[in-house]
Amino acid sequence: MTRKRLTTAALLAALVLIFGMSLAFGSQHTSTATPFGGTDSVATAAIQQSDPDYVPWFQPWFNPGSAEVESGLFALQAGLGGTVLGFAVGALWGRRHPAPARTGD
Amino acid sequence: MHIAEGFLPATHCVAWYLASAPFVIHGGRRVIQQSKEQPEARLLLAAAGAFTFVLSSIKLPSISGSSSHPTGTGLGAVLFRPPVMAFLSTIVLLFQALLLAHGGITTLGANVFSMGIVGPFVGYGSWRLARRFGWSDRVGIFLALALADFTTYLMTSFQLALAFPDPVSGLAGAMTKFLGVFAFTQVPLAIAEGILGVLVFRVLLDIAGPELQRLGVVPALPEAVA
Repeated sequence: MTRKRLTTAALLAALVLIFGMSLAFGSQHTSTATPFGGTDSVATAAIQQSDPDYVPWFQPWFNPGSAEVESGLFALQAGLGGTVLGFAVGALWGRRHPAPARTGD
Repeated sequence: MHIAEGFLPATHCVAWYLASAPFVIHGGRRVIQQSKEQPEARLLLAAAGAFTFVLSSIKLPSISGSSSHPTGTGLGAVLFRPPVMAFLSTIVLLFQALLLAHGGITTLGANVFSMGIVGPFVGYGSWRLARRFGWSDRVGIFLALALADFTTYLMTSFQLALAFPDPVSGLAGAMTKFLGVFAFTQVPLAIAEGILGVLVFRVLLDIAGPELQRLGVVPALPEAVA
Protein backbone atom coordinates (compact mmCIF):
# COMPACT_ATOMS: atom_id res chain seq x y z
CA MET A 1 0.00 0.00 0.00
CA THR A 2 2.76 2.42 0.94
CA ARG A 3 4.75 1.50 -2.15
CA LYS A 4 1.68 2.22 -4.25
CA ARG A 5 1.29 5.64 -2.64
CA LEU A 6 4.99 6.39 -3.16
CA THR A 7 4.64 5.59 -6.85
CA THR A 8 1.61 7.87 -7.14
CA ALA A 9 3.48 10.68 -5.38
CA ALA A 10 6.54 10.18 -7.62
CA LEU A 11 4.42 10.28 -10.80
CA LEU A 12 2.65 13.46 -9.63
CA ALA A 13 6.00 15.03 -8.72
CA ALA A 14 7.30 14.20 -12.21
CA LEU A 15 4.31 16.02 -13.75
CA VAL A 16 4.90 19.11 -11.58
CA LEU A 17 8.61 19.00 -12.46
CA ILE A 18 7.94 18.85 -16.22
CA PHE A 19 5.67 21.89 -16.19
CA GLY A 20 7.79 23.76 -13.66
CA MET A 21 10.83 23.36 -15.90
CA SER A 22 8.76 24.22 -18.97
CA LEU A 23 7.66 27.49 -17.40
CA ALA A 24 11.16 28.31 -16.13
CA PHE A 25 13.09 27.50 -19.33
CA GLY A 26 10.35 28.32 -21.77
CA SER A 27 10.12 31.93 -20.64
CA GLN A 28 13.74 32.41 -21.78
CA HIS A 29 12.79 31.65 -25.36
CA THR A 30 11.41 34.51 -27.36
CA SER A 31 10.59 32.49 -30.47
CA THR A 32 6.93 33.50 -30.37
CA ALA A 33 5.50 37.01 -30.35
CA THR A 34 3.71 36.33 -27.09
CA PRO A 35 5.29 34.15 -24.39
CA PHE A 36 3.70 30.71 -24.44
CA GLY A 37 1.60 31.47 -27.49
CA GLY A 38 -0.26 28.52 -28.96
CA THR A 39 1.53 26.39 -31.55
CA ASP A 40 -1.64 26.43 -33.69
CA SER A 41 -1.29 30.18 -34.20
CA VAL A 42 2.49 29.92 -34.65
CA ALA A 43 1.85 27.50 -37.53
CA THR A 44 -0.72 29.88 -39.03
CA ALA A 45 1.77 32.75 -38.78
CA ALA A 46 4.44 30.60 -40.48
CA ILE A 47 2.07 29.96 -43.41
CA GLN A 48 1.26 33.64 -43.75
CA GLN A 49 4.98 34.39 -43.79
CA SER A 50 5.97 31.76 -46.37
CA ASP A 51 2.85 32.11 -48.54
CA PRO A 52 1.75 35.73 -48.12
CA ASP A 53 -0.58 35.35 -51.13
CA TYR A 54 -2.60 32.59 -49.49
CA VAL A 55 -6.01 33.86 -48.42
CA PRO A 56 -7.95 31.63 -46.01
CA TRP A 57 -11.03 30.78 -48.04
CA PHE A 58 -13.33 30.22 -45.11
CA GLN A 59 -13.83 32.04 -41.83
CA PRO A 60 -15.01 30.58 -38.51
CA TRP A 61 -18.78 31.02 -38.39
CA PHE A 62 -18.53 32.06 -34.76
CA ASN A 63 -15.67 33.73 -32.97
CA PRO A 64 -15.58 34.07 -29.19
CA GLY A 65 -14.40 37.64 -29.77
CA SER A 66 -12.17 38.10 -26.75
CA ALA A 67 -9.54 36.04 -24.95
CA GLU A 68 -11.72 36.19 -21.83
CA VAL A 69 -14.77 34.69 -23.52
CA GLU A 70 -12.59 32.12 -25.25
CA SER A 71 -10.93 31.01 -22.01
CA GLY A 72 -14.38 30.72 -20.45
CA LEU A 73 -15.52 28.42 -23.25
CA PHE A 74 -12.35 26.33 -22.86
CA ALA A 75 -13.12 26.12 -19.14
CA LEU A 76 -16.62 24.97 -20.06
CA GLN A 77 -15.15 22.20 -22.20
CA ALA A 78 -12.83 21.10 -19.38
CA GLY A 79 -15.67 21.34 -16.87
CA LEU A 80 -18.03 19.23 -18.96
CA GLY A 81 -15.34 16.61 -19.54
CA GLY A 82 -14.32 16.64 -15.88
CA THR A 83 -17.92 16.20 -14.75
CA VAL A 84 -18.48 13.17 -16.98
CA LEU A 85 -15.08 11.70 -16.05
CA GLY A 86 -15.79 12.20 -12.35
CA PHE A 87 -19.24 10.64 -12.65
CA ALA A 88 -17.88 7.61 -14.53
CA VAL A 89 -15.04 7.04 -12.06
CA GLY A 90 -17.41 7.53 -9.12
CA ALA A 91 -20.01 5.15 -10.53
CA LEU A 92 -17.33 2.50 -11.22
CA TRP A 93 -16.06 2.94 -7.68
CA GLY A 94 -19.62 2.44 -6.42
CA ARG A 95 -19.83 -0.87 -8.30
CA ARG A 96 -16.81 -2.17 -6.42
CA HIS A 97 -17.88 -0.68 -3.10
CA PRO A 98 -21.59 -1.32 -2.68
CA ALA A 99 -23.16 0.60 0.18
CA PRO A 100 -23.35 -1.53 3.32
CA ALA A 101 -26.86 -2.49 4.39
CA ARG A 102 -28.10 0.01 6.93
CA THR A 103 -28.30 -1.49 10.36
CA GLY A 104 -30.55 1.25 11.69
CA ASP A 105 -29.87 3.31 14.74
CA MET B 1 -2.64 20.45 -33.85
CA HIS B 2 -5.73 22.30 -34.98
CA ILE B 3 -5.27 23.47 -38.53
CA ALA B 4 -7.15 26.77 -38.56
CA GLU B 5 -10.36 27.31 -40.52
CA GLY B 6 -9.66 27.94 -44.21
CA PHE B 7 -5.95 27.18 -43.89
CA LEU B 8 -5.91 24.18 -46.21
CA PRO B 9 -6.65 24.39 -49.95
CA ALA B 10 -10.15 23.13 -50.76
CA THR B 11 -8.86 20.03 -52.56
CA HIS B 12 -6.89 19.02 -49.47
CA CYS B 13 -9.94 19.60 -47.25
CA VAL B 14 -12.03 17.26 -49.42
CA ALA B 15 -9.27 14.64 -49.58
CA TRP B 16 -8.81 14.53 -45.80
CA TYR B 17 -12.58 14.37 -45.30
CA LEU B 18 -12.73 11.37 -47.65
CA ALA B 19 -9.79 9.72 -45.89
CA SER B 20 -11.28 10.20 -42.42
CA ALA B 21 -14.94 9.41 -43.13
CA PRO B 22 -14.69 5.57 -43.22
CA PHE B 23 -12.88 5.48 -39.88
CA VAL B 24 -15.38 7.83 -38.23
CA ILE B 25 -18.42 5.96 -39.57
CA HIS B 26 -16.95 2.61 -38.57
CA GLY B 27 -16.06 4.08 -35.16
CA GLY B 28 -19.60 5.37 -34.65
CA ARG B 29 -20.97 1.92 -35.39
CA ARG B 30 -18.47 0.37 -32.99
CA VAL B 31 -19.59 2.75 -30.21
CA ILE B 32 -23.23 1.64 -30.63
CA GLN B 33 -22.26 -2.04 -30.94
CA GLN B 34 -19.94 -1.80 -27.95
CA SER B 35 -22.56 -0.28 -25.65
CA LYS B 36 -25.11 -2.93 -26.69
CA GLU B 37 -22.76 -5.89 -26.30
CA GLN B 38 -21.07 -4.76 -23.12
CA PRO B 39 -23.36 -2.33 -21.31
CA GLU B 40 -21.16 -2.61 -18.23
CA ALA B 41 -18.32 -0.98 -20.18
CA ARG B 42 -20.37 2.14 -20.97
CA LEU B 43 -18.95 3.99 -17.99
CA LEU B 44 -15.42 3.30 -19.22
CA LEU B 45 -16.40 4.48 -22.69
CA ALA B 46 -17.73 7.72 -21.18
CA ALA B 47 -14.54 8.05 -19.15
CA ALA B 48 -12.34 7.61 -22.24
CA GLY B 49 -14.30 10.22 -24.18
CA ALA B 50 -14.33 12.64 -21.24
CA PHE B 51 -10.57 12.18 -20.79
CA THR B 52 -9.95 13.36 -24.36
CA PHE B 53 -12.50 16.17 -23.93
CA VAL B 54 -10.68 17.51 -20.86
CA LEU B 55 -7.11 17.06 -22.09
CA SER B 56 -7.68 18.70 -25.48
CA SER B 57 -9.09 21.78 -23.74
CA ILE B 58 -6.00 22.40 -21.65
CA LYS B 59 -3.18 24.33 -23.27
CA LEU B 60 0.04 23.64 -21.46
CA PRO B 61 3.35 25.52 -21.47
CA SER B 62 6.37 23.83 -22.98
CA ILE B 63 10.12 24.38 -22.80
CA SER B 64 10.02 25.78 -26.35
CA GLY B 65 8.32 28.92 -25.04
CA SER B 66 5.02 28.18 -26.75
CA SER B 67 2.08 26.21 -25.49
CA SER B 68 0.09 23.35 -26.88
CA HIS B 69 -2.43 20.80 -25.75
CA PRO B 70 -2.35 17.05 -25.22
CA THR B 71 -4.83 14.82 -27.03
CA GLY B 72 -5.69 12.04 -24.56
CA THR B 73 -6.64 9.65 -27.36
CA GLY B 74 -4.20 6.87 -26.45
CA LEU B 75 -6.20 5.71 -23.42
CA GLY B 76 -9.45 5.18 -25.31
CA ALA B 77 -7.55 3.51 -28.16
CA VAL B 78 -6.12 0.92 -25.75
CA LEU B 79 -9.48 0.33 -24.03
CA PHE B 80 -11.81 0.34 -27.05
CA ARG B 81 -9.62 0.10 -30.19
CA PRO B 82 -8.69 3.05 -32.42
CA PRO B 83 -11.89 3.46 -34.55
CA VAL B 84 -13.90 4.35 -31.43
CA MET B 85 -11.48 7.21 -30.83
CA ALA B 86 -11.90 8.41 -34.42
CA PHE B 87 -15.57 8.92 -33.59
CA LEU B 88 -15.02 10.45 -30.15
CA SER B 89 -12.28 12.78 -31.43
CA THR B 90 -14.64 14.02 -34.13
CA ILE B 91 -17.10 15.11 -31.42
CA VAL B 92 -14.33 16.94 -29.55
CA LEU B 93 -13.03 18.63 -32.70
CA LEU B 94 -16.55 19.63 -33.79
CA PHE B 95 -17.18 21.23 -30.39
CA GLN B 96 -13.94 23.21 -30.66
CA ALA B 97 -14.51 24.19 -34.30
CA LEU B 98 -18.06 25.41 -33.69
CA LEU B 99 -17.77 27.09 -30.29
CA LEU B 100 -14.13 28.03 -29.87
CA ALA B 101 -13.02 28.92 -33.42
CA HIS B 102 -10.27 26.34 -32.88
CA GLY B 103 -9.69 24.23 -35.94
CA GLY B 104 -12.55 24.53 -38.37
CA ILE B 105 -15.28 22.89 -40.39
CA THR B 106 -13.23 22.97 -43.59
CA THR B 107 -10.18 21.48 -41.85
CA LEU B 108 -12.18 19.03 -39.71
CA GLY B 109 -11.32 16.07 -41.95
CA ALA B 110 -7.58 16.79 -41.69
CA ASN B 111 -7.72 17.37 -37.93
CA VAL B 112 -9.74 14.19 -37.38
CA PHE B 113 -7.17 12.29 -39.43
CA SER B 114 -4.27 13.40 -37.21
CA MET B 115 -5.91 13.38 -33.78
CA GLY B 116 -8.58 10.73 -34.25
CA ILE B 117 -6.91 8.25 -36.57
CA VAL B 118 -3.09 8.44 -36.75
CA GLY B 119 -2.64 9.13 -33.01
CA PRO B 120 -4.98 6.38 -31.74
CA PHE B 121 -3.65 3.77 -34.21
CA VAL B 122 -0.03 4.50 -33.26
CA GLY B 123 -0.98 4.51 -29.57
CA TYR B 124 -2.78 1.18 -29.83
CA GLY B 125 0.09 -0.27 -31.90
CA SER B 126 2.62 0.77 -29.24
CA TRP B 127 0.47 -0.85 -26.55
CA ARG B 128 0.32 -4.11 -28.50
CA LEU B 129 4.07 -4.02 -29.19
CA ALA B 130 4.84 -3.39 -25.52
CA ARG B 131 2.64 -6.36 -24.71
CA ARG B 132 4.44 -8.56 -27.21
CA PHE B 133 7.81 -7.60 -25.75
CA GLY B 134 6.49 -8.62 -22.35
CA TRP B 135 6.74 -5.10 -20.91
CA SER B 136 4.45 -4.16 -18.03
CA ASP B 137 1.06 -2.63 -18.79
CA ARG B 138 2.23 0.63 -17.14
CA VAL B 139 5.02 0.95 -19.71
CA GLY B 140 2.54 0.07 -22.46
CA ILE B 141 0.08 2.76 -21.33
CA PHE B 142 2.85 5.35 -21.05
CA LEU B 143 4.00 4.63 -24.61
CA ALA B 144 0.44 4.51 -25.96
CA LEU B 145 -0.50 7.95 -24.62
CA ALA B 146 2.84 9.64 -25.27
CA LEU B 147 3.16 8.35 -28.84
CA ALA B 148 -0.51 8.94 -29.73
CA ASP B 149 -0.01 12.54 -28.63
CA PHE B 150 3.32 13.02 -30.42
CA THR B 151 2.42 11.38 -33.73
CA THR B 152 -0.76 13.47 -33.93
CA TYR B 153 1.47 16.52 -34.19
CA LEU B 154 3.83 14.81 -36.65
CA MET B 155 0.80 14.22 -38.87
CA THR B 156 -0.31 17.84 -38.58
CA SER B 157 3.18 18.96 -39.64
CA PHE B 158 3.02 16.64 -42.63
CA GLN B 159 -0.46 17.87 -43.61
CA LEU B 160 0.68 21.50 -43.50
CA ALA B 161 3.91 20.74 -45.39
CA LEU B 162 1.90 18.95 -48.07
CA ALA B 163 -0.35 21.99 -48.47
CA PHE B 164 2.39 24.62 -48.22
CA PRO B 165 5.65 23.17 -49.60
CA ASP B 166 8.63 25.47 -49.37
CA PRO B 167 9.35 27.22 -52.73
CA VAL B 168 13.05 26.38 -52.41
CA SER B 169 13.39 23.29 -50.22
CA GLY B 170 10.05 21.74 -51.12
CA LEU B 171 8.09 19.29 -49.01
CA ALA B 172 11.05 18.28 -46.83
CA GLY B 173 11.95 21.88 -46.05
CA ALA B 174 8.36 22.75 -45.14
CA MET B 175 8.09 19.58 -43.04
CA THR B 176 11.20 20.61 -41.09
CA LYS B 177 9.72 24.07 -40.57
CA PHE B 178 6.37 22.80 -39.23
CA LEU B 179 8.07 20.13 -37.14
CA GLY B 180 10.08 23.00 -35.63
CA VAL B 181 6.80 24.57 -34.58
CA PHE B 182 5.10 21.45 -33.26
CA ALA B 183 7.53 18.63 -32.45
CA PHE B 184 9.92 20.27 -29.98
CA THR B 185 7.01 21.83 -28.07
CA GLN B 186 5.17 18.53 -27.94
CA VAL B 187 7.98 16.38 -26.49
CA PRO B 188 7.55 17.36 -22.81
CA LEU B 189 3.77 17.46 -23.22
CA ALA B 190 3.72 13.93 -24.66
CA ILE B 191 5.88 12.66 -21.78
CA ALA B 192 3.57 14.38 -19.29
CA GLU B 193 0.52 12.86 -20.99
CA GLY B 194 2.14 9.43 -20.73
CA ILE B 195 2.71 9.89 -17.00
CA LEU B 196 -0.87 11.12 -16.49
CA GLY B 197 -2.06 8.08 -18.43
CA VAL B 198 -0.23 5.75 -16.04
CA LEU B 199 -1.88 7.53 -13.07
CA VAL B 200 -5.35 7.20 -14.61
CA PHE B 201 -4.74 3.57 -15.61
CA ARG B 202 -3.76 2.70 -12.02
CA VAL B 203 -7.05 4.16 -10.82
CA LEU B 204 -8.97 2.21 -13.47
CA LEU B 205 -7.24 -1.03 -12.47
CA ASP B 206 -8.46 -0.42 -8.92
CA ILE B 207 -12.07 0.39 -9.73
CA ALA B 208 -12.72 -1.27 -13.08
CA GLY B 209 -10.67 -4.47 -13.03
CA PRO B 210 -13.48 -6.81 -14.22
CA GLU B 211 -14.49 -4.40 -17.00
CA LEU B 212 -10.87 -4.13 -18.19
CA GLN B 213 -10.62 -7.94 -18.19
CA ARG B 214 -13.77 -8.32 -20.27
CA LEU B 215 -12.44 -5.77 -22.74
CA GLY B 216 -9.27 -7.83 -22.97
CA VAL B 217 -7.09 -4.94 -21.79
CA VAL B 218 -5.67 -6.91 -18.87
CA PRO B 219 -5.49 -10.70 -18.81
CA ALA B 220 -8.49 -12.36 -17.20
CA LEU B 221 -7.95 -14.18 -13.92
CA PRO B 222 -7.91 -17.97 -14.43
CA GLU B 223 -11.12 -18.48 -12.42
CA ALA B 224 -12.89 -15.75 -14.39
CA VAL B 225 -12.44 -17.70 -17.64
CA ALA B 226 -15.49 -19.80 -18.35
